[in-house]
Amino acid sequence: MSTAALSPGPGVLAGRYGFAHVLRMEWIKLRSLRSTWWALFTVVAGMIAMGVVTMANTKAPSADKAATFDPTNNVLAGVALGQLVIGVIGVLLVTGEYSSGSMRSTLAAVPRRPLVLAAKAAVFGGVTLVLSEVVAFLTFLVGRAALDPAIEQPSLTDGGVLRAVLMSGAYLGLIAVMAVGIGALVRHTASAIGVLVGLLFVVPAMLAGATGTTVAKFFPTMIAGNSLAVSRPMPEMLTPWAGFALLLVYTAVVYAAGVRVLVRRDA
Amino acid sequence: MISVRGLTKRYGSTAAVEDLSFDVAPGAVTGFLGPNGSGKSTTMRMIMGLDAPDAGQALVNGRPYAELAWPLREVGALLEARTYHPGRSASRHLRALAAGGGIPGARVDEVLRTVGLSEVAHRRAGTFSLGMAQRLGIAGALLGDPGVLLFDEPVNGLDPEGVRWIRDLMKGLAAEGRTVLVSSHLISEMALTADHLVVIGQGRLLADTSVAELTADGASLEEAFFRLTSGSATYRGTAGPSAAAPHAAAPSDTSPTATSHRSTR
Repeated sequence: MSTAALSPGPGVLAGRYGFAHVLRMEWIKLRSLRSTWWALFTVVAGMIAMGVVTMANTKAPSADKAATFDPTNNVLAGVALGQLVIGVIGVLLVTGEYSSGSMRSTLAAVPRRPLVLAAKAAVFGGVTLVLSEVVAFLTFLVGRAALDPAIEQPSLTDGGVLRAVLMSGAYLGLIAVMAVGIGALVRHTASAIGVLVGLLFVVPAMLAGATGTTVAKFFPTMIAGNSLAVSRPMPEMLTPWAGFALLLVYTAVVYAAGVRVLVRRDA
Repeated sequence: MISVRGLTKRYGSTAAVEDLSFDVAPGAVTGFLGPNGSGKSTTMRMIMGLDAPDAGQALVNGRPYAELAWPLREVGALLEARTYHPGRSASRHLRALAAGGGIPGARVDEVLRTVGLSEVAHRRAGTFSLGMAQRLGIAGALLGDPGVLLFDEPVNGLDPEGVRWIRDLMKGLAAEGRTVLVSSHLISEMALTADHLVVIGQGRLLADTSVAELTADGASLEEAFFRLTSGSATYRGTAGPSAAAPHAAAPSDTSPTATSHRSTR
């Protein structure tokens, strides 16, 4: 690019800025905040630690529970923690831009707002997906080693185990995108994190207390713990694929609502 | 070139900007003058496509901002003191913007030198003083070497040396044939910087004229400004020259056109 291309006046370059430019912008933004790295480290360390601790405390099942015994579900217990950290970073990617004022410089650079949210979701969702899949496998491999030697270790080749591990990683990728959508919908950090925690933890817990699994089984955390991260599907819960499909729908709806609000409201 | 046509923005029943039309021509510094709360920042945000007008339109180089092919290469703006994340360094902040605008990364170091922030380029921008924040905002405006520049209250927080620097910078940019719109409520500063003036009060156009014309009758620019805006100051203390009855209840007692009291944006 010559300096002549930067001379004043319109029509300085052929073509138009596109999604690739916005992706690069969001990638630089994501990695240039120290908090991103700390939070992602917490996800890795927390998920592995919880997997190990849970497995170390897993007792051999009594004869009547042997049929439903599922150590794969235990080793993936850290997903519940991981989703909170991932969700908070995702929310902050958007709300942090509003609270700091940087949303204005972002939208001045990229006035086509759907591209901004798409790039945030793609960059953070992509990073989370890759990291979470790696962590899910690591957690499984490290965690099962902590299992009481008297209990048979689960293997990735056992029925449903590989799917459970893969879906647990993918779940966090979806939470990342959903959180970006919640951030765009709600805008204020505290409120957005409140919505996130409410949807992931508080509401399903209250519903589970009041009505058992009837309604609660449709909430993301319940799907993650009881439909995805299981090698033996539980009859009263959604099947793995039904749960995963429902999560895809949730993510799409929340993300689309976020785009709509971002486009329609003044920045 | 900036064209504002019938621009209107309402917040509830209050009009922040009402049927505002003016052009900003290249090759001159155009001062955008008005009392606090007169709609200067709102107008600038609408020009930048950040706020949507309720009526009318603002065009940059003949197009709405959102339709520009390379926004940062066509328009540079200093909108508010802080439009960056405090946890990011000045260098990273600008590099991200450059990436989004299709601007080579080497340009970042150039503009950091221009505004005098090279030394602190890698420090977290959250530690910057208001003056440094202002300089970082100006660096962002210059990033794409644009032909159109908007500065909203650029001298805020700058020391006297900084004020002179931004004044010379804006004049230099205009001398290169660029379009420069600078808002201020500091009349003395405008008298030194601007060639042309757009004066608004309560969101309406009060004057669109050269500095020379406005002061042709021998009045100082300040006197001319007060004459123009006498009926349209939104916020006014009671100890001033035109102290009057409680303004919160009846702020528009001096103006037949004013309709209601306006809160901050």
